[in-house]
Amino acid sequence: MKALLIGIGLLPLVRLIVLGYQDDLTANPIEFITRSTGTWALVFLCLTLAITPLRRLTGINQLIQYRRTLGLFVFFYACLHFSIWFWLDHSLIFSEMIIDVIKRPFITVGFISFVLLIPLALTSNQWAVKKLKRSWARLHQLIYLIAPLVILHYFWHKSGKNDYFTVSIYGAILLILLALRLRPRLKL
Amino acid sequence: QKLPAKVNPQFFVADKLTSYKDVTTYNNFYEFGTDKADPARNAHTLKTRPWTVSVEGLVNKPKVWDIDALLKLAPMEERIYRFRCVEGWSMVIPWIGYSLSHLIKASEPQGSAKYIEFISLADPKQMPGVNSRVLNWPYTEGLRLDEAMNPLALLTFGLYGEVLPNQNGAPIRINVPWKYGFKSAKSIVKIRITDKEPATSWKVSAPYEYGFYSNVNPEVNHPRWSQATERRIGAEGGMFAPKIKTLPFNGYAEQVAHLYKGMDLRKFY
Repeated sequence: MKALLIGIGLLPLVRLIVLGYQDDLTANPIEFITRSTGTWALVFLCLTLAITPLRRLTGINQLIQYRRTLGLFVFFYACLHFSIWFWLDHSLIFSEMIIDVIKRPFITVGFISFVLLIPLALTSNQWAVKKLKRSWARLHQLIYLIAPLVILHYFWHKSGKNDYFTVSIYGAILLILLALRLRPRLKL
Repeated sequence: QKLPAKVNPQFFVADKLTSYKDVTTYNNFYEFGTDKADPARNAHTLKTRPWTVSVEGLVNKPKVWDIDALLKLAPMEERIYRFRCVEGWSMVIPWIGYSLSHLIKASEPQGSAKYIEFISLADPKQMPGVNSRVLNWPYTEGLRLDEAMNPLALLTFGLYGEVLPNQNGAPIRINVPWKYGFKSAKSIVKIRITDKEPATSWKVSAPYEYGFYSNVNPEVNHPRWSQATERRIGAEGGMFAPKIKTLPFNGYAEQVAHLYKGMDLRKFY
């Protein structure tokens, strides 16, 4: 089952490779790949955050075992998203990348989101869970900060075209997923 | 549909041409949607005949031109221009048309005339994007009259030996190669000669990001990204080709820099 999930999770990458092979990545392949990997990181973020509410709604506790895989796919696509930008937009020149990060708020929040994902990915193993004990859960609450930052990143990206339709859908989904977590505490 | 034209060797760029496919499938033409692939998908609904262009305002000879009459106003030339989008990508395109100055001269601007305004079609029946409020429709662009009289400013009817595909601004658009692409209004229905700076669509929409002049300038960055380099679409080496340096006035400084003598181009961006 987990192997199947990994297979499915790799499909967006396979699609990009096939499109690339067929020379079908539009006139601006870099832009296309950057946007595609960014979108898929966001999709997997939504899926990851959907596990807990879904588990509560359906009572299927086994769902939890897929959360880590989904979370790692967030990091996987975020890594591709970041690497392509760092490599092809900044030719792997660290100083130039940092200037861009400082100068452009939309890049700043995207970069912070990526950096914050790193400790989460690094501690996504049994060993770290045991070692960190209670602070593991607290560390992984960072995702509640990452989610709105990612939406802000996307929102600012879209602001150039005043085109907020897609970003508001993702924003609404994440808002609902986060709001569902508040319910038990409010004792509704 | 073929559009015969004589190559004008005066306007020539040695760079490799951007492929016809890229030129016609990667477009910003918000009247047909904001995605770059939207215009090629949606612009088939645009009817380019009958088509008229009204030239009006401070001219002695205002006239509603039929598109077929405009096609015959001056000999068609093929010119290879660089095209630099404000978003940081560029193309090299063989356009067909003639200098905009021919039409301006035929209209006889009055002494008080200082600017020219281009107004694009905004018909929700033919243009699905007009229903969204991305910009104030109709799309409006403009130039100072002396800029418009520069021989580089091209009244454009075709590309790659053919009449303009709808998604590239058929049946008539302009090209101002030393300015960012959005200055080159598409599918024009009205040209107005005025004494006041026209309220251009992008400047109205985001005045801190887009100015009236919008000359290609590697030293004046867009507030959200650098303009120092550009990605040449379809460049040799494919997607891993490094970005290239953006040239002042998109490489046309020799022809147009004198128009801006004494002006602070950081202020008049």
